[in-house]
Amino acid sequence: MNSSIVVEDLHFAYNKGEEVLKGISLVFDRRSTAIIGQNGAGKTTFAKLLKGLLKPDSGSISIKGIDTKNTTAAGLSRHIGLIFQNPNDQIFKSNVLDEVMFGPLNIMKEEKRARDLALGALEKVGLVNELEQNPYDLTLSQRKLIAIASVLAMDTEIVIFDEPTIAQDHRGKEMIKGIIRELVGMGKLVLTIMHDMDFVAETFERTIVFSQGQVALDGSTREVFTQEELLKKAGLERPHVTRLGAKLGCSHTFLTAEEFVSFAKKSDHRGG
Amino acid sequence: MKKIIVDNLKYRYPSAQELALKGISLEIEKGQFIGVIGPNGAGKSTLCQALVGLVPHFYHGAYGGSVVVGGLEVLKSEISALALKVGLVFQNPFTQVTGAKLTVYDEVAFGLENMGLDRAEMIERIDRALTLLDIYRYKDRNPFDLSGGQMQRLAIASIIAMKPQIIVLDEPTSQLDPQGSEEVFRAVDKLKSEGMTLVMVEHKIEKIAEYADKVALLSGGELVDFDRPIRVFSRPDLERFGVAAPVYTRICRDLKIKDEKTGLYPITLEGAVAAVGSLE
Repeated sequence: MNSSIVVEDLHFAYNKGEEVLKGISLVFDRRSTAIIGQNGAGKTTFAKLLKGLLKPDSGSISIKGIDTKNTTAAGLSRHIGLIFQNPNDQIFKSNVLDEVMFGPLNIMKEEKRARDLALGALEKVGLVNELEQNPYDLTLSQRKLIAIASVLAMDTEIVIFDEPTIAQDHRGKEMIKGIIRELVGMGKLVLTIMHDMDFVAETFERTIVFSQGQVALDGSTREVFTQEELLKKAGLERPHVTRLGAKLGCSHTFLTAEEFVSFAKKSDHRGG
Repeated sequence: MKKIIVDNLKYRYPSAQELALKGISLEIEKGQFIGVIGPNGAGKSTLCQALVGLVPHFYHGAYGGSVVVGGLEVLKSEISALALKVGLVFQNPFTQVTGAKLTVYDEVAFGLENMGLDRAEMIERIDRALTLLDIYRYKDRNPFDLSGGQMQRLAIASIIAMKPQIIVLDEPTSQLDPQGSEEVFRAVDKLKSEGMTLVMVEHKIEKIAEYADKVALLSGGELVDFDRPIRVFSRPDLERFGVAAPVYTRICRDLKIKDEKTGLYPITLEGAVAAVGSLE
């Protein structure tokens, strides 16, 4: 199978002598993947490199067989979409519909098709009734949803979210979880950078831990959250439900509250 | 001693049709840490802005009822007088850091320079604030070279250095990694033990359950509940107000494990461990 993203021995520094990424090698398959790690671990830099906004100092990144060194971010934009952590870095149009249509128009979709894609994306994020609004009259959480819609509208095969749940309430988080699952269901490769360990445990098949510019852990989400000591070393906590199970002396690594509840009910039965 | 008294506060933004706050009343004692929870659009940030006086002095609009913070009635006080009593930490540290200063140290000094303090007092306050937020080692860095988490701690340090009696924090940990969030909560806890009064809007419900003395649950501009976290999170109708209970509470509810006497569910890891007992 042709892997969508192949990263080989990637090195990158903003300032000479201060490497942010120190030799990253990863192959991304179709599994939905979370990238976790402390602030400053290099996660956002990595996302910008994948998107072609930055170029490797050494090593290589290949997106669907295209070396990012030999193309521009614009050239990659039909394959890979990146939703920025701060929507204010992304949004620049004066109304919501224009903002979301900009991407598809820019990759040469026809006006009518671009409009349909934009409306479909805005429907998904629950903002289809705000088409004429200026994004800056909306709240930060709504602007984040506009930024998500803008990338969804481009219908790329690879979608990267940088901290999608920031400023979202319970309902917003559930909506984003649903969008990620839908994208995965459509066969897209979804990568997400995030700090919310509960959300990671509930949503992603694979989890990669970045620590000081290197990959500290990589595996199925359950395998990764089993590694208490290594996670601690990377400055990370395990999900709440995982910690509860561990505290109770259970050898199973729980990822969701539902798993815990059904396990507890069964063990109750056994105990009579 | 009451540090904050909100009495039947009603407020509507200038261009809005609907009231953002529809008659909120609550009283907060000195040295308490209050968590404010609720879905987006509930009025949480508006309430924060009413506590520091940005509502109505900056945003204008229609205002009714009263807010008294640190003995000052907000409506009748200048923002500059209020700023000495109550500080506000924003959601996004990029909007808080001035951009006018080249080092972390000078950034914290900036607020103090306008207060006419002597040099020794300034140095003491800056050192204490930077140490409390664990960013002293970055004191010579440019604020914009900090990571998001470090920058948020700088924003809090700048407020703390002004020694207000009350600090209002509007989702201060939303951009931070788990360790950074924990550091902010610990710092807030430390400030509380020094007698400071704190009000924090936060979606990280497990942290609020662990640290807050009381929780204000807002929905649609109304105060639905204002009580101890264990009572608010044990409400069977909590989800209806767009808030999920802590995962520990949800698990214990599904397993029907509660305190028989009080009818309340555990809300923390320790509480859940004690209540569940063992799994095998």
